[in-house]
Amino acid sequence: MNRNLILGAALTGVFILAALVSFIWTPFDHTAMDIPNKLQGIGGEHILGTDHFGRDILSMIMVGARTSIAVALVAVGIGMGLGIPLGLWAAARRGSLVDEIIMRGNDLIFAFPSLVIAILITAIFGASAINAIIAIGIFNIPVFARITRGAALSLWEREFILAARVAGKSAARISVEHILPNVTNLLIVQSTIQFSLGILAEAGLSYVGLGAQPPTPSWGRMLADAQTLVSIAPHMALIPGFAIILTVLGLNLMGDGLRDYLDPRLRVTRV
Amino acid sequence: MLRYTIKRLISLCISLAVASLVIFAVIEIAPGDPASFMLGINAQPETLAALRTELGLDASKVERYLSWVGGLLTGDFGTSYTYRTPIADMIAARLWVSLPLALYALVLSTLIAFPAGIYAASRRGSAGDLGVMGATQLGVAVPNFWFAMMLVLIFAINLRWFSAGGFVGWDKGLWAGLHALTLPAIALALPQAAILARVMRSALLDVLGEDYMRTARAKGLTERQALWRHGLRNALIPVLTIIGLQFSFLLAGAIIIEQVFYLPGLGRLVFQSISARDLIVVESVVMLLVFSVIVVNFLVDLAYAAVDPRLRSRT
Repeated sequence: MNRNLILGAALTGVFILAALVSFIWTPFDHTAMDIPNKLQGIGGEHILGTDHFGRDILSMIMVGARTSIAVALVAVGIGMGLGIPLGLWAAARRGSLVDEIIMRGNDLIFAFPSLVIAILITAIFGASAINAIIAIGIFNIPVFARITRGAALSLWEREFILAARVAGKSAARISVEHILPNVTNLLIVQSTIQFSLGILAEAGLSYVGLGAQPPTPSWGRMLADAQTLVSIAPHMALIPGFAIILTVLGLNLMGDGLRDYLDPRLRVTRV
Repeated sequence: MLRYTIKRLISLCISLAVASLVIFAVIEIAPGDPASFMLGINAQPETLAALRTELGLDASKVERYLSWVGGLLTGDFGTSYTYRTPIADMIAARLWVSLPLALYALVLSTLIAFPAGIYAASRRGSAGDLGVMGATQLGVAVPNFWFAMMLVLIFAINLRWFSAGGFVGWDKGLWAGLHALTLPAIALALPQAAILARVMRSALLDVLGEDYMRTARAKGLTERQALWRHGLRNALIPVLTIIGLQFSFLLAGAIIIEQVFYLPGLGRLVFQSISARDLIVVESVVMLLVFSVIVVNFLVDLAYAAVDPRLRSRT
Protein backbone atom coordinates (compact mmCIF):
# COMPACT_ATOMS: atom_id res chain seq x y z
CA MET A 1 0.00 0.00 0.00
CA ASN A 2 1.32 3.43 -0.76
CA ARG A 3 0.86 6.75 0.98
CA ASN A 4 -1.31 8.34 -1.74
CA LEU A 5 -3.72 5.45 -1.66
CA ILE A 6 -4.08 5.47 2.12
CA LEU A 7 -4.45 9.25 2.39
CA GLY A 8 -6.83 9.40 -0.57
CA ALA A 9 -8.96 6.51 0.66
CA ALA A 10 -9.09 8.04 4.16
CA LEU A 11 -10.22 11.44 2.84
CA THR A 12 -12.80 9.92 0.51
CA GLY A 13 -13.92 7.54 3.26
CA VAL A 14 -14.65 10.41 5.65
CA PHE A 15 -17.05 12.04 3.20
CA ILE A 16 -18.72 8.80 2.19
CA LEU A 17 -19.17 8.00 5.87
CA ALA A 18 -20.59 11.49 6.53
CA ALA A 19 -23.05 10.98 3.67
CA LEU A 20 -24.12 7.57 5.01
CA VAL A 21 -24.41 8.73 8.62
CA SER A 22 -26.59 11.65 7.47
CA PHE A 23 -29.32 9.15 6.57
CA ILE A 24 -29.77 8.27 10.24
CA TRP A 25 -28.27 11.18 12.16
CA THR A 26 -27.23 14.80 11.71
CA PRO A 27 -26.33 17.19 14.57
CA PHE A 28 -29.40 19.32 13.71
CA ASP A 29 -32.23 19.11 11.21
CA HIS A 30 -30.56 20.43 8.04
CA THR A 31 -33.74 22.24 6.94
CA ALA A 32 -34.61 23.77 10.34
CA MET A 33 -34.33 27.55 10.26
CA ASP A 34 -33.27 29.37 13.40
CA ILE A 35 -33.17 33.05 12.50
CA PRO A 36 -32.07 34.36 15.97
CA ASN A 37 -28.95 32.18 15.59
CA LYS A 38 -28.15 33.06 11.98
CA LEU A 39 -24.60 33.56 10.66
CA GLN A 40 -22.93 32.11 13.74
CA GLY A 41 -19.23 31.45 13.30
CA ILE A 42 -17.27 28.24 13.73
CA GLY A 43 -17.31 26.75 17.25
CA GLY A 44 -20.01 26.93 19.87
CA GLU A 45 -23.25 24.99 19.75
CA HIS A 46 -23.09 24.69 15.95
CA ILE A 47 -19.61 23.29 15.36
CA LEU A 48 -19.26 24.68 11.82
CA GLY A 49 -21.57 27.65 12.39
CA THR A 50 -24.90 28.53 10.81
CA ASP A 51 -25.98 30.08 7.51
CA HIS A 52 -28.16 33.16 6.83
CA PHE A 53 -31.28 31.23 7.84
CA GLY A 54 -29.67 29.85 10.98
CA ARG A 55 -29.38 26.34 9.50
CA ASP A 56 -26.60 24.15 10.85
CA ILE A 57 -23.76 24.07 8.31
CA LEU A 58 -22.29 20.73 9.46
CA SER A 59 -25.67 19.03 8.93
CA MET A 60 -25.99 20.66 5.49
CA ILE A 61 -22.46 19.52 4.56
CA MET A 62 -23.29 15.96 5.61
CA VAL A 63 -26.54 15.84 3.62
CA GLY A 64 -24.86 17.76 0.75
CA ALA A 65 -22.22 15.01 0.57
CA ARG A 66 -25.08 12.65 -0.25
CA THR A 67 -26.11 14.77 -3.25
CA SER A 68 -22.57 15.25 -4.56
CA ILE A 69 -21.62 11.61 -4.17
CA ALA A 70 -24.90 10.29 -5.59
CA VAL A 71 -24.78 12.56 -8.65
CA ALA A 72 -21.12 11.80 -9.39
CA LEU A 73 -21.52 8.07 -8.74
CA VAL A 74 -24.52 7.64 -11.04
CA ALA A 75 -22.85 9.80 -13.70
CA VAL A 76 -19.77 7.56 -13.59
CA GLY A 77 -22.12 4.55 -13.73
CA ILE A 78 -23.73 5.89 -16.91
CA GLY A 79 -20.31 6.50 -18.43
CA MET A 80 -19.07 3.02 -17.57
CA GLY A 81 -22.34 1.26 -18.40
CA LEU A 82 -22.43 2.66 -21.93
CA GLY A 83 -18.80 3.54 -22.59
CA ILE A 84 -17.20 0.19 -21.74
CA PRO A 85 -19.46 -1.95 -24.00
CA LEU A 86 -19.01 0.60 -26.81
CA GLY A 87 -15.22 0.52 -26.37
CA LEU A 88 -15.16 -3.28 -26.31
CA TRP A 89 -17.37 -3.43 -29.40
CA ALA A 90 -15.22 -0.91 -31.29
CA ALA A 91 -12.07 -2.86 -30.44
CA ALA A 92 -13.61 -6.19 -31.42
CA ARG A 93 -14.61 -4.72 -34.79
CA ARG A 94 -11.47 -2.58 -35.14
CA GLY A 95 -11.08 -0.89 -38.49
CA SER A 96 -14.70 -1.53 -39.45
CA LEU A 97 -17.50 0.95 -40.01
CA VAL A 98 -18.85 0.26 -36.50
CA ASP A 99 -15.49 1.21 -34.98
CA GLU A 100 -15.38 4.36 -37.09
CA ILE A 101 -18.91 5.42 -36.13
CA ILE A 102 -18.32 4.80 -32.41
CA MET A 103 -15.04 6.71 -32.39
CA ARG A 104 -16.34 9.66 -34.42
CA GLY A 105 -19.37 9.77 -32.12
CA ASN A 106 -16.96 10.01 -29.21
CA ASP A 107 -15.06 12.83 -30.89
CA LEU A 108 -18.33 14.64 -31.37
CA ILE A 109 -19.24 14.46 -27.68
CA PHE A 110 -15.73 15.62 -26.81
CA ALA A 111 -16.22 18.65 -29.05
CA PHE A 112 -18.95 19.87 -26.71
CA PRO A 113 -17.19 21.22 -23.62
CA SER A 114 -18.77 19.27 -20.72
CA LEU A 115 -20.16 22.40 -19.15
CA VAL A 116 -21.85 23.34 -22.41
CA ILE A 117 -23.55 19.92 -22.64
CA ALA A 118 -24.71 20.32 -19.06
CA ILE A 119 -26.04 23.82 -19.66
CA LEU A 120 -27.80 22.76 -22.84
CA ILE A 121 -29.51 19.79 -21.17
CA THR A 122 -30.52 21.59 -18.01
CA ALA A 123 -31.62 24.64 -19.99
CA ILE A 124 -34.00 22.57 -22.03
CA PHE A 125 -35.25 19.95 -19.62
CA GLY A 126 -35.07 22.13 -16.53
CA ALA A 127 -32.66 22.29 -13.63
CA SER A 128 -32.62 19.20 -11.42
CA ALA A 129 -30.17 16.74 -9.92
CA ILE A 130 -31.36 14.07 -12.40
CA ASN A 131 -30.60 16.28 -15.41
CA ALA A 132 -27.22 17.17 -13.92
CA ILE A 133 -26.50 13.42 -13.65
CA ILE A 134 -27.44 12.87 -17.31
CA ALA A 135 -25.37 15.84 -18.43
CA ILE A 136 -22.27 14.73 -16.53
CA GLY A 137 -22.89 11.07 -17.45
CA ILE A 138 -23.01 11.77 -21.19
CA PHE A 139 -19.58 13.31 -21.05
CA ASN A 140 -18.24 10.22 -19.25
CA ILE A 141 -19.32 7.84 -22.06
CA PRO A 142 -16.55 8.74 -24.57
CA VAL A 143 -13.94 8.81 -21.79
CA PHE A 144 -14.62 5.17 -20.89
CA ALA A 145 -15.19 4.11 -24.51
CA ARG A 146 -11.81 5.49 -25.57
CA ILE A 147 -9.86 4.05 -22.68
CA THR A 148 -11.48 0.64 -23.07
CA ARG A 149 -10.90 0.58 -26.82
CA GLY A 150 -7.31 1.76 -26.53
CA ALA A 151 -6.40 -0.90 -23.98
CA ALA A 152 -8.43 -3.62 -25.72
CA LEU A 153 -6.79 -2.98 -29.11
CA SER A 154 -3.37 -4.07 -27.92
CA LEU A 155 -4.87 -7.07 -26.10
CA TRP A 156 -6.47 -8.32 -29.31
CA GLU A 157 -2.97 -8.82 -30.74
CA ARG A 158 -1.86 -11.00 -27.83
CA GLU A 159 -1.37 -14.74 -27.99
CA PHE A 160 -3.88 -15.72 -25.33
CA ILE A 161 -6.60 -13.97 -27.31
CA LEU A 162 -5.46 -15.76 -30.45
CA ALA A 163 -5.73 -19.02 -28.50
CA ALA A 164 -9.28 -18.15 -27.47
CA ARG A 165 -10.15 -17.40 -31.11
CA VAL A 166 -8.66 -20.68 -32.26
CA ALA A 167 -10.75 -22.39 -29.58
CA GLY A 168 -13.77 -21.01 -31.43
CA LYS A 169 -14.94 -18.35 -29.00
CA SER A 170 -16.97 -15.50 -30.47
CA ALA A 171 -15.68 -11.91 -30.41
CA ALA A 172 -18.36 -10.98 -27.87
CA ARG A 173 -17.38 -13.82 -25.54
CA ILE A 174 -13.68 -13.02 -25.85
CA SER A 175 -14.45 -9.37 -25.06
CA VAL A 176 -16.31 -10.26 -21.88
CA GLU A 177 -14.24 -13.21 -20.69
CA HIS A 178 -10.71 -12.18 -21.63
CA ILE A 179 -10.50 -8.52 -22.63
CA LEU A 180 -12.66 -7.00 -19.89
CA PRO A 181 -10.83 -8.59 -16.91
CA ASN A 182 -7.56 -7.31 -18.35
CA VAL A 183 -8.69 -3.70 -18.63
CA THR A 184 -10.48 -3.58 -15.27
CA ASN A 185 -7.55 -2.02 -13.39
CA LEU A 186 -7.33 0.81 -15.87
CA LEU A 187 -11.07 1.39 -15.65
CA ILE A 188 -11.04 1.47 -11.84
CA VAL A 189 -8.35 4.15 -11.85
CA GLN A 190 -10.21 6.17 -14.48
CA SER A 191 -13.46 5.87 -12.57
CA THR A 192 -11.95 7.56 -9.50
CA ILE A 193 -10.76 10.43 -11.72
CA GLN A 194 -14.18 10.77 -13.38
CA PHE A 195 -15.81 10.56 -9.95
CA SER A 196 -13.79 13.55 -8.76
CA LEU A 197 -14.54 15.48 -11.97
CA GLY A 198 -18.21 14.63 -11.45
CA ILE A 199 -18.15 16.15 -7.97
CA LEU A 200 -16.59 19.34 -9.35
CA ALA A 201 -19.11 19.45 -12.21
CA GLU A 202 -22.06 18.91 -9.86
CA ALA A 203 -20.82 21.70 -7.61
CA GLY A 204 -20.43 24.02 -10.61
CA LEU A 205 -23.89 23.25 -11.98
CA SER A 206 -25.55 23.64 -8.59
CA TYR A 207 -23.65 26.90 -8.07
CA VAL A 208 -25.18 28.43 -11.21
CA GLY A 209 -28.60 27.04 -10.27
CA LEU A 210 -28.72 24.21 -12.82
CA GLY A 211 -28.15 21.30 -10.41
CA ALA A 212 -30.00 20.08 -7.30
CA GLN A 213 -32.91 22.34 -6.38
CA PRO A 214 -34.04 23.44 -2.91
CA PRO A 215 -34.66 21.98 -0.41
CA THR A 216 -32.06 19.33 -1.44
CA PRO A 217 -28.80 20.61 0.05
CA SER A 218 -25.80 20.69 -2.26
CA TRP A 219 -22.28 22.01 -1.73
CA GLY A 220 -22.47 24.07 -4.92
CA ARG A 221 -25.71 25.75 -3.86
CA MET A 222 -24.31 26.46 -0.39
CA LEU A 223 -21.51 28.35 -2.17
CA ALA A 224 -24.01 30.26 -4.28
CA ASP A 225 -25.86 31.28 -1.08
CA ALA A 226 -22.56 32.32 0.47
CA GLN A 227 -21.49 34.55 -2.40
CA THR A 228 -23.28 37.74 -1.36
CA LEU A 229 -22.43 37.16 2.32
CA VAL A 230 -18.77 36.30 1.87
CA SER A 231 -17.56 39.51 3.53
CA ILE A 232 -19.63 39.12 6.72
CA ALA A 233 -19.75 35.31 6.97
CA PRO A 234 -16.70 33.88 5.19
CA HIS A 235 -17.22 30.50 6.90
CA MET A 236 -20.33 29.99 4.74
CA ALA A 237 -18.05 29.91 1.68
CA LEU A 238 -14.99 28.35 3.27
CA ILE A 239 -16.60 25.18 4.63
CA PRO A 240 -18.42 23.90 1.52
CA GLY A 241 -15.31 24.88 -0.49
CA PHE A 242 -13.05 22.80 1.75
CA ALA A 243 -15.53 19.91 1.58
CA ILE A 244 -15.32 19.92 -2.24
CA ILE A 245 -11.54 20.34 -2.30
CA LEU A 246 -10.88 17.57 0.23
CA THR A 247 -13.21 15.10 -1.49
CA VAL A 248 -11.77 15.78 -4.94
CA LEU A 249 -8.23 15.71 -3.58
CA GLY A 250 -8.96 12.42 -1.82
CA LEU A 251 -10.34 10.84 -4.98
CA ASN A 252 -7.42 12.07 -7.10
CA LEU A 253 -4.87 10.79 -4.60
CA MET A 254 -6.73 7.49 -4.46
CA GLY A 255 -6.64 7.31 -8.27
CA ASP A 256 -2.88 7.94 -8.33
CA GLY A 257 -2.33 5.44 -5.53
CA LEU A 258 -4.49 2.79 -7.17
CA ARG A 259 -2.64 3.21 -10.46
CA ASP A 260 0.66 2.53 -8.71
CA TYR A 261 -0.81 -0.31 -6.70
CA LEU A 262 -2.62 -2.04 -9.56
CA ASP A 263 0.10 -1.68 -12.18
CA PRO A 264 2.23 -4.83 -11.78
CA ARG A 265 5.22 -3.23 -13.49
CA LEU A 266 5.38 -0.46 -10.90
CA ARG A 267 4.95 -3.01 -8.12
CA VAL A 268 7.88 -5.10 -9.37
CA THR A 269 10.18 -2.09 -9.46
CA ARG A 270 9.16 -1.16 -5.95
CA VAL A 271 9.81 -4.64 -4.60
CA MET B 1 0.95 16.58 -45.94
CA LEU B 2 -1.60 17.88 -48.47
CA ARG B 3 -3.46 14.55 -48.48
CA TYR B 4 -3.49 14.49 -44.72
CA THR B 5 -4.76 18.08 -44.58
CA ILE B 6 -7.57 17.35 -47.04
CA LYS B 7 -8.57 14.22 -45.12
CA ARG B 8 -8.67 16.11 -41.83
CA LEU B 9 -10.56 18.97 -43.50
CA ILE B 10 -13.29 16.59 -44.69
CA SER B 11 -13.53 15.09 -41.22
CA LEU B 12 -13.72 18.65 -39.80
CA CYS B 13 -16.65 19.52 -42.09
CA ILE B 14 -18.51 16.31 -41.16
CA SER B 15 -17.99 16.98 -37.45
CA LEU B 16 -19.31 20.53 -37.80
CA ALA B 17 -22.32 19.37 -39.81
CA VAL B 18 -23.22 16.65 -37.29
CA ALA B 19 -22.66 19.03 -34.35
CA SER B 20 -24.99 21.60 -35.93
CA LEU B 21 -27.64 18.91 -36.48
CA VAL B 22 -27.37 17.74 -32.87
CA ILE B 23 -27.61 21.28 -31.46
CA PHE B 24 -30.56 22.11 -33.72
CA ALA B 25 -32.35 18.88 -32.76
CA VAL B 26 -31.80 19.41 -29.03
CA ILE B 27 -33.15 22.96 -29.19
CA GLU B 28 -36.09 21.75 -31.30
CA ILE B 29 -37.26 19.28 -28.65
CA ALA B 30 -37.12 21.97 -25.97
CA PRO B 31 -40.61 22.51 -24.58
CA GLY B 32 -42.22 25.94 -24.95
CA ASP B 33 -42.94 28.11 -27.95
CA PRO B 34 -40.78 31.25 -28.14
CA ALA B 35 -43.63 33.26 -29.66
CA SER B 36 -46.08 32.49 -26.85
CA PHE B 37 -43.32 33.09 -24.32
CA MET B 38 -42.70 36.55 -25.79
CA LEU B 39 -46.37 37.55 -25.93
CA GLY B 40 -47.50 36.06 -22.62
CA ILE B 41 -50.52 33.89 -21.81
CA ASN B 42 -53.13 36.46 -22.85
CA ALA B 43 -51.93 36.79 -26.46
CA GLN B 44 -54.54 36.72 -29.25
CA PRO B 45 -54.18 33.72 -31.62
CA GLU B 46 -53.85 36.06 -34.64
CA THR B 47 -51.03 38.06 -33.00
CA LEU B 48 -49.32 34.81 -32.07
CA ALA B 49 -49.61 33.49 -35.65
CA ALA B 50 -48.28 36.77 -37.04
CA LEU B 51 -45.29 36.69 -34.69
CA ARG B 52 -44.61 33.05 -35.54
CA THR B 53 -44.53 33.98 -39.22
CA GLU B 54 -42.30 36.97 -38.53
CA LEU B 55 -39.82 34.82 -36.58
CA GLY B 56 -39.93 32.12 -39.24
CA LEU B 57 -41.28 29.57 -36.73
CA ASP B 58 -44.03 28.33 -39.03
CA ALA B 59 -41.60 26.98 -41.64
CA SER B 60 -40.79 23.27 -41.67
CA LYS B 61 -37.94 21.95 -39.49
CA VAL B 62 -35.77 21.21 -42.53
CA GLU B 63 -36.24 24.72 -43.90
CA ARG B 64 -35.45 26.25 -40.53
CA TYR B 65 -32.32 24.13 -40.11
CA LEU B 66 -31.07 25.02 -43.59
CA SER B 67 -31.76 28.71 -43.12
CA TRP B 68 -29.99 28.64 -39.71
CA VAL B 69 -26.89 26.88 -41.09
CA GLY B 70 -26.92 29.05 -44.20
CA GLY B 71 -27.03 32.10 -41.97
CA LEU B 72 -24.16 30.82 -39.81
CA LEU B 73 -22.01 30.38 -42.92
CA THR B 74 -22.62 33.95 -44.01
CA GLY B 75 -22.21 35.42 -40.53
CA ASP B 76 -25.96 36.03 -40.10
CA PHE B 77 -26.89 34.32 -36.83
CA GLY B 78 -30.52 35.47 -36.93
CA THR B 79 -32.36 37.86 -34.65
CA SER B 80 -32.79 37.49 -30.90
CA TYR B 81 -36.39 36.79 -29.89
CA THR B 82 -36.07 38.92 -26.77
CA TYR B 83 -33.92 41.88 -27.78
CA ARG B 84 -34.93 41.96 -31.47
CA THR B 85 -31.30 42.71 -32.36
CA PRO B 86 -29.01 40.69 -34.64
CA ILE B 87 -27.44 37.84 -32.64
CA ALA B 88 -24.12 38.31 -34.47
CA ASP B 89 -23.85 41.81 -32.95
CA MET B 90 -24.72 40.53 -29.47
CA ILE B 91 -22.12 37.76 -29.71
CA ALA B 92 -19.49 40.13 -31.09
CA ALA B 93 -20.03 42.53 -28.17
CA ARG B 94 -19.75 39.69 -25.63
CA LEU B 95 -16.70 38.23 -27.35
CA TRP B 96 -14.87 41.45 -26.54
CA VAL B 97 -15.04 40.32 -22.92
CA SER B 98 -14.87 36.52 -23.18
CA LEU B 99 -12.07 36.31 -25.73
CA PRO B 100 -9.62 38.65 -23.93
CA LEU B 101 -10.51 36.89 -20.66
CA ALA B 102 -9.69 33.46 -22.13
CA LEU B 103 -6.45 34.77 -23.66
CA TYR B 104 -5.44 36.53 -20.45
CA ALA B 105 -6.09 33.31 -18.49
CA LEU B 106 -4.11 31.29 -21.04
CA VAL B 107 -1.12 33.64 -20.73
CA LEU B 108 -1.28 33.51 -16.93
CA SER B 109 -1.60 29.74 -16.87
CA THR B 110 1.41 29.38 -19.17
CA LEU B 111 3.44 31.85 -17.12
CA ILE B 112 2.73 29.87 -13.95
CA ALA B 113 2.96 26.37 -15.43
CA PHE B 114 6.19 26.63 -17.44
CA PRO B 115 8.54 27.64 -14.62
CA ALA B 116 6.77 25.29 -12.19
CA GLY B 117 6.93 22.30 -14.56
CA ILE B 118 10.54 22.94 -15.61
CA TYR B 119 11.62 23.44 -11.99
CA ALA B 120 9.91 20.22 -10.87
CA ALA B 121 11.33 18.15 -13.74
CA SER B 122 14.87 19.45 -13.32
CA ARG B 123 14.79 18.60 -9.59
CA ARG B 124 12.92 15.34 -9.80
CA GLY B 125 12.31 13.72 -6.42
CA SER B 126 13.50 16.76 -4.44
CA ALA B 127 11.44 18.62 -1.87
CA GLY B 128 10.84 21.34 -4.49
CA ASP B 129 9.44 18.78 -6.94
CA LEU B 130 7.17 17.34 -4.26
CA GLY B 131 6.02 20.85 -3.36
CA VAL B 132 5.14 21.67 -6.98
CA MET B 133 3.35 18.34 -7.44
CA GLY B 134 1.43 18.83 -4.20
CA ALA B 135 0.42 22.32 -5.28
CA THR B 136 -0.78 21.02 -8.65
CA GLN B 137 -2.84 18.28 -6.93
CA LEU B 138 -4.48 21.03 -4.92
CA GLY B 139 -4.89 23.26 -7.98
CA VAL B 140 -6.79 20.54 -9.82
CA ALA B 141 -9.06 19.94 -6.82
CA VAL B 142 -10.08 23.57 -6.24
CA PRO B 143 -13.34 24.56 -7.98
CA ASN B 144 -12.48 27.72 -9.91
CA PHE B 145 -15.66 29.55 -8.88
CA TRP B 146 -14.83 28.98 -5.21
CA PHE B 147 -11.30 30.21 -5.80
CA ALA B 148 -12.85 33.24 -7.52
CA MET B 149 -14.92 33.97 -4.40
CA MET B 150 -11.81 33.76 -2.24
CA LEU B 151 -9.96 36.15 -4.57
CA VAL B 152 -12.88 38.60 -4.28
CA LEU B 153 -12.84 38.27 -0.49
CA ILE B 154 -9.11 38.92 -0.21
CA PHE B 155 -8.25 41.29 -3.05
CA ALA B 156 -11.51 43.15 -3.61
CA ILE B 157 -13.22 43.28 -0.21
CA ASN B 158 -10.30 43.28 2.23
CA LEU B 159 -7.39 44.80 0.31
CA ARG B 160 -9.53 46.78 -2.17
CA TRP B 161 -6.98 46.33 -4.97
CA PHE B 162 -9.57 45.22 -7.52
CA SER B 163 -13.29 45.64 -7.99
CA ALA B 164 -15.49 42.71 -6.92
CA GLY B 165 -17.17 42.41 -10.30
CA GLY B 166 -18.45 44.10 -13.42
CA PHE B 167 -16.56 45.30 -16.46
CA VAL B 168 -15.72 48.94 -17.20
CA GLY B 169 -15.40 48.43 -20.95
CA TRP B 170 -12.37 48.79 -23.20
CA ASP B 171 -13.18 52.43 -24.00
CA LYS B 172 -11.86 53.32 -20.52
CA GLY B 173 -8.45 52.18 -21.71
CA LEU B 174 -6.49 48.95 -21.96
CA TRP B 175 -5.21 49.12 -18.39
CA ALA B 176 -8.69 49.61 -16.87
CA GLY B 177 -10.02 46.70 -18.92
CA LEU B 178 -7.17 44.37 -17.99
CA HIS B 179 -7.44 45.44 -14.35
CA ALA B 180 -11.12 44.42 -14.30
CA LEU B 181 -10.31 41.05 -15.90
CA THR B 182 -7.36 40.23 -13.63
CA LEU B 183 -9.18 38.39 -10.82
CA PRO B 184 -11.42 36.41 -13.20
CA ALA B 185 -8.39 35.48 -15.30
CA ILE B 186 -6.46 34.28 -12.23
CA ALA B 187 -9.44 32.19 -11.09
CA LEU B 188 -9.81 30.69 -14.55
CA ALA B 189 -6.08 30.09 -14.99
CA LEU B 190 -5.40 28.22 -11.75
CA PRO B 191 -6.75 24.72 -12.56
CA GLN B 192 -5.41 24.98 -16.11
CA ALA B 193 -1.97 25.98 -14.80
CA ALA B 194 -1.98 22.95 -12.49
CA ILE B 195 -2.77 20.60 -15.38
CA LEU B 196 -0.25 22.28 -17.68
CA ALA B 197 2.53 22.18 -15.08
CA ARG B 198 2.00 18.41 -14.68
CA VAL B 199 2.09 17.91 -18.46
CA MET B 200 5.22 20.07 -18.74
CA ARG B 201 6.94 18.10 -15.98
CA SER B 202 6.12 14.67 -17.40
CA ALA B 203 6.96 15.72 -20.97
CA LEU B 204 10.35 16.99 -19.81
CA LEU B 205 10.98 13.84 -17.77
CA ASP B 206 10.22 11.72 -20.86
CA VAL B 207 12.64 13.76 -22.93
CA LEU B 208 15.40 13.72 -20.29
CA GLY B 209 15.81 9.97 -20.74
CA GLU B 210 16.33 10.23 -24.51
CA ASP B 211 19.63 9.35 -26.19
CA TYR B 212 20.13 12.81 -27.66
CA MET B 213 20.03 14.29 -24.16
CA ARG B 214 22.80 11.94 -23.09
CA THR B 215 24.72 12.94 -26.22
CA ALA B 216 24.21 16.61 -25.40
CA ARG B 217 25.61 16.08 -21.92
CA ALA B 218 28.42 13.92 -23.28
CA LYS B 219 29.56 16.68 -25.60
CA GLY B 220 30.08 18.88 -22.55
CA LEU B 221 26.83 20.73 -21.93
CA THR B 222 25.78 21.14 -18.33
CA GLU B 223 22.47 19.64 -17.17
CA ARG B 224 20.89 23.06 -17.39
CA GLN B 225 22.23 23.87 -20.87
CA ALA B 226 21.10 20.48 -22.18
CA LEU B 227 17.66 21.02 -20.65
CA TRP B 228 17.17 24.47 -22.15
CA ARG B 229 18.70 23.83 -25.58
CA HIS B 230 17.42 20.34 -26.36
CA GLY B 231 15.03 19.12 -23.68
CA LEU B 232 12.59 22.01 -23.61
CA ARG B 233 12.27 22.24 -27.38
CA ASN B 234 11.29 18.58 -27.65
CA ALA B 235 9.04 18.61 -24.62
CA LEU B 236 7.09 21.52 -26.06
CA ILE B 237 5.14 19.38 -28.56
CA PRO B 238 2.74 17.76 -26.07
CA VAL B 239 2.64 20.95 -24.02
CA LEU B 240 1.56 23.06 -27.00
CA THR B 241 -1.18 20.55 -27.76
CA ILE B 242 -2.57 20.95 -24.28
CA ILE B 243 -2.35 24.75 -24.51
CA GLY B 244 -4.30 24.63 -27.77
CA LEU B 245 -6.99 22.47 -26.23
CA GLN B 246 -7.11 24.59 -23.10
CA PHE B 247 -8.03 27.69 -25.03
CA SER B 248 -11.43 26.40 -26.04
CA PHE B 249 -12.03 25.06 -22.55
CA LEU B 250 -11.15 28.46 -21.13
CA LEU B 251 -13.70 30.05 -23.43
CA ALA B 252 -16.37 27.62 -22.22
CA GLY B 253 -15.11 27.51 -18.61
CA ALA B 254 -15.51 31.26 -18.41
CA ILE B 255 -19.28 30.68 -18.37
CA ILE B 256 -19.29 30.10 -14.60
CA ILE B 257 -16.54 32.61 -13.76
CA GLU B 258 -18.45 35.31 -15.62
CA GLN B 259 -21.37 34.61 -13.29
CA VAL B 260 -19.17 35.11 -10.22
CA PHE B 261 -17.80 38.44 -11.44
CA TYR B 262 -20.94 39.67 -13.25
CA LEU B 263 -18.94 40.01 -16.47
CA PRO B 264 -21.00 40.73 -19.61
CA GLY B 265 -19.45 37.88 -21.62
CA LEU B 266 -20.75 34.92 -23.63
CA GLY B 267 -21.52 32.96 -20.45
CA ARG B 268 -23.89 35.56 -19.06
CA LEU B 269 -25.46 35.88 -22.50
CA VAL B 270 -26.19 32.15 -22.44
CA PHE B 271 -27.75 32.26 -18.97
CA GLN B 272 -29.81 35.36 -19.75
CA SER B 273 -31.01 33.75 -22.97
CA ILE B 274 -31.92 30.53 -21.17
CA SER B 275 -34.03 32.33 -18.58
CA ALA B 276 -35.72 34.39 -21.32
CA ARG B 277 -36.20 31.20 -23.44
CA ASP B 278 -34.34 33.04 -26.21
CA LEU B 279 -33.23 29.65 -27.53
CA ILE B 280 -32.01 30.92 -30.89
CA VAL B 281 -29.27 32.81 -29.03
CA VAL B 282 -28.38 29.72 -26.94
CA GLU B 283 -28.24 27.67 -30.15
CA SER B 284 -25.84 30.08 -31.84
CA VAL B 285 -23.55 30.57 -28.83
CA VAL B 286 -23.29 26.81 -28.23
CA MET B 287 -22.54 26.28 -31.93
CA LEU B 288 -19.84 28.96 -31.76
CA LEU B 289 -18.20 27.28 -28.73
CA VAL B 290 -18.34 23.84 -30.37
CA PHE B 291 -17.00 25.32 -33.61
CA SER B 292 -14.04 26.80 -31.74
CA VAL B 293 -13.26 23.44 -30.07
CA ILE B 294 -13.44 21.50 -33.35
CA VAL B 295 -11.35 24.05 -35.26
CA VAL B 296 -8.71 24.30 -32.52
CA ASN B 297 -8.47 20.48 -32.46
CA PHE B 298 -8.05 20.51 -36.23
CA LEU B 299 -5.27 23.13 -36.06
CA VAL B 300 -3.52 21.23 -33.26
CA ASP B 301 -3.65 18.04 -35.36
CA LEU B 302 -2.18 19.87 -38.35
CA ALA B 303 0.56 21.48 -36.28
CA TYR B 304 1.35 18.10 -34.79
CA ALA B 305 1.58 16.47 -38.23
CA ALA B 306 3.77 19.29 -39.49
CA VAL B 307 6.21 18.72 -36.62
CA ASP B 308 6.05 14.91 -36.56
CA PRO B 309 5.80 13.39 -40.07
CA ARG B 310 5.04 9.92 -38.65
CA LEU B 311 1.58 11.09 -37.66
CA ARG B 312 0.57 11.88 -41.25
CA SER B 313 0.35 8.24 -42.23
CA ARG B 314 -1.49 7.30 -39.06
CA THR B 315 -4.91 8.75 -39.83
